[in-house]
Amino acid sequence: MTDSSGPLIEVRDLVKTYDVSRPWLARVLERLPVQTLKAVDGVKFTIRRGETFSLVGESGCGKSSVARLVVGLDRPTRGSVLFDGMDLAGLRRRSDIAPIRRRMQMIFQDPYASLNPRWRVEDIVAEPIDAFGLVANRSERSGKVAESLRQVGLSPEDARKFPHEFSGGQRQRISIARALAANPDFLVCDEPTSALDVSVQAQILNLMKDLQQRFGLTYLFISHDLSVVYHVSSRIGVMYLGRLCEISAAKDLFRRPQHPYTRLLLDTIPDVEMTGRERVSVPGEVPDPIDPPPGCSFHPRCPFANERCRQEDPTPVQRGRGMVACHAVEEGRLPPFKRSDLGQ
Amino acid sequence: MYRRVVDSDLWFSFSRSPTVVVAAAVATIMMMAALFAPLIAPQDPFDLTSLSILDAHIPPAWMAADDHRFLLGSDDQGRDVLSAILYGSRISIGVGLASVALALVLGVSLGLLAGYVGGRLDALIMRTAEIQLSFPTILIALLLNGVMRSILPADLQDQLAIPVLIVAIGISGWVQYARTVRGTTLVEKNKEYVQAARLIGIHPLMIMLRHILPNTMGPVLVIATIHLAVAIITEATLSFLGVGVPPTEPSLGTLIRIGNDFLFSGEWWITMFPGAALAILVLAVNLLGDWLRDAFNPKLR
Amino acid sequence: MALLEVDRLRVEFPTRRRALVAVDDISLTIEAGEVLGVVGESGAGKSVTGAAIIGLIEPPGRVAGGEIRFDGRRIDHLSDEEKRRIRGKEIGSVFQDPLTSLNPLFTVGQQLVETILAHSDRSADDARRHALRLLEDVGIPAAAHRIDSYPHEFSGGMRQRVVIALAVCAGPRLIIADEPTTALDVSIQAQIIALLKRLCRDQGTAIMLITHDMGVIAETADRVAVMYAGRIVEVGRVRQILRAPTHPYTTGLMDSIPRLGHDDADLAQIDGAMPRLHEIPDGCAFHSRCPHAFDLCRRRRPVLQTTGEAAAACFLFDQERSDD
Repeated sequence: MTDSSGPLIEVRDLVKTYDVSRPWLARVLERLPVQTLKAVDGVKFTIRRGETFSLVGESGCGKSSVARLVVGLDRPTRGSVLFDGMDLAGLRRRSDIAPIRRRMQMIFQDPYASLNPRWRVEDIVAEPIDAFGLVANRSERSGKVAESLRQVGLSPEDARKFPHEFSGGQRQRISIARALAANPDFLVCDEPTSALDVSVQAQILNLMKDLQQRFGLTYLFISHDLSVVYHVSSRIGVMYLGRLCEISAAKDLFRRPQHPYTRLLLDTIPDVEMTGRERVSVPGEVPDPIDPPPGCSFHPRCPFANERCRQEDPTPVQRGRGMVACHAVEEGRLPPFKRSDLGQ
Repeated sequence: MYRRVVDSDLWFSFSRSPTVVVAAAVATIMMMAALFAPLIAPQDPFDLTSLSILDAHIPPAWMAADDHRFLLGSDDQGRDVLSAILYGSRISIGVGLASVALALVLGVSLGLLAGYVGGRLDALIMRTAEIQLSFPTILIALLLNGVMRSILPADLQDQLAIPVLIVAIGISGWVQYARTVRGTTLVEKNKEYVQAARLIGIHPLMIMLRHILPNTMGPVLVIATIHLAVAIITEATLSFLGVGVPPTEPSLGTLIRIGNDFLFSGEWWITMFPGAALAILVLAVNLLGDWLRDAFNPKLR
Repeated sequence: MALLEVDRLRVEFPTRRRALVAVDDISLTIEAGEVLGVVGESGAGKSVTGAAIIGLIEPPGRVAGGEIRFDGRRIDHLSDEEKRRIRGKEIGSVFQDPLTSLNPLFTVGQQLVETILAHSDRSADDARRHALRLLEDVGIPAAAHRIDSYPHEFSGGMRQRVVIALAVCAGPRLIIADEPTTALDVSIQAQIIALLKRLCRDQGTAIMLITHDMGVIAETADRVAVMYAGRIVEVGRVRQILRAPTHPYTTGLMDSIPRLGHDDADLAQIDGAMPRLHEIPDGCAFHSRCPHAFDLCRRRRPVLQTTGEAAAACFLFDQERSDD
């Protein structure tokens, strides 16, 4: 039933709303309405085998919610996620779900919270091995743990230690070793380096790239850092307030950004090379997601917004190899993007 | 193992506070004395054949005119007060430990469930806890004790007095554990290592037991120590009121009650020595509990 | 004479085994109106340095050596009361989390007015007018209305603006800004950086900008000091240090930053991690990770050697090492 030519991940019109109302009693007493927050609103993309697809956006844009929906930590309010053609949410029997779970793993942001402080590294890394019954006995188990640790550049002796004996970067390596222990095809990486210092970030990014090549892994990469995303991705989706505003091949996105929000993000990247480019300071802030503006949610900050943008939701349209949801792009009234310091 | 203990911060903070060292020593000595009471007590106060009514009301050794057999004096039945205290604290500490264990198991399980499962189960458990909190603990213990005794047939009442007491005190104390464990569970369950375990399909029960439970044990240990002092006091109070352990197997509370009748006839030792033993035991355990709480919460240091 | 002179500062945190040296013999100066960036990875001692200057080292930590001079006057051994008077009036501060700098129980207007009154002899009305002007100045929209709002009614970016208004309200000559943009989204970061730069230019305020973000340094600072394991390894004009770093650590740090337009090749990485405070090696603290380390680096500690406009603490550039 699997089709090895199709995409590995297909996300269809994903919607996730959270109930953010006050507790029932307080709500009734103070006569407040039920409040919902649409964290993810009609998100749709595919991830091809062996590629790195990234979601980028500011905090609260819903990128982490998408990651949780994709791996099945949360259930979508509407829409579905197909892994290799199968919908995890549609499966009921544990024996059907486990083989899919084995194939997808997640790496989290905070290396201090992602490892149980009371477990030895050996047990942390072996948890998925045990859960999926991948080994027959204890010596095979420690062999597999040692192999995973070696793959991420740690020593097999580290298995006997506790997480607090490691630095942030080493802990992130342990997380990766654990994710690899079950021989997955697909890794969801939720801001895997944003808690790390920049020199350590480089180590982890290089390691992830190396592992991708060695094991043919497919990545969904979540980050707020455009430079990092540019470095690791094959394709990129830009999110704003729960929606995808643009999807594009990584190189195209940075050379020919379409959506005004993508352009804003590019303009705010700090100029480490000291080319003298002034970092453009864009007014305004991300609106309250509980009460989003009507029409295009970006219109209050968009320099190109007109009456139509204030009233009508833009629909995503195919644009070259990518997708963009913007009235101004659709009507062809956006000026071309200029930035001096990016090579063509 | 030895090195790990000596190197730990807990041991460091312990060895730097003389009060705590003394409290720990006192508590240990008293517990050991209670445990080995049959070996060290001069007399078996439960063995009615060894008692002689002729020995009744003899004052402590240093005050007695001629009879120096009873270091802390004797009571109205000729029982050696020191032996009675040793055996009595045995029952007091035993009932205390057992009720703490019961409250701990009950409270920790309910707290874990409430925090992890959430929703209606959480609301049910925590509202029950709040209702129970609005009554004084001693009242709840009295009530449970009374209800259970009235259900039991008369001939079993004395036999089962101690288990009934344990259940009553245990159930009256679970709320603290549940609240604390629920709080910690709410924090831990959103940590990424729990998410990672959920992701590979680990059963919720296993997540609670293997991941979350060990991370709640620090605060639980603190509560349990402080609760031990409270449980011993509660037992003593119930026994003093006459609804606790029967006079045939006196606990410290029972001894205080018995002695209370003779306080005004000048025979103070029958009630004062058990009272002092109780106070010292509870104080020592309380001091240990306070220290543990501070040691686990570095912000207070 | 420089506005701020830090001379051989040493900050220690005693533990039960021995004292951990968080800041180890660092010297730096800030001229009036200048922005000095202090950059380094977490644990490098940059925040502790800032805290030492404003006299806010948390006990049991203590300044164990060296001098801090502000406007020629020694300030590191003043009493708590005198330090408090200097904080706010002479030296303002902006921290990473704006919520910790604001009292949730008072409106931002009350907090500003209180601070202004404490440090000047304005009348209450005048102080409120000044507070309003400051809020407008830092770019709070509808300031006349927002002045009576409580901190929680502001967004993160707006709160940081209020904190900046609070830091500058007494007209200090130096602001210590410790990771002022780290908690903010990129588009808001740019706004706050622009604001800091403008204030510095308009009022001639000097800023000590502590951050781990080279991008922020590149855009804001005039000079930069790179810290590693409690020491300054390189200091100089920003342009020179970012474009042509000399110390192997700075070089590695710059190369490990992912950039737009640099394709496909792996990022340069510095292997290992910065040593924790209790395991800083002898000699140069960086030698175990340094690709150029040689015998001397393991034995002797390099000192800052000035070459042109920059100075680096590395034996590769130490002309006198042959004399050893």
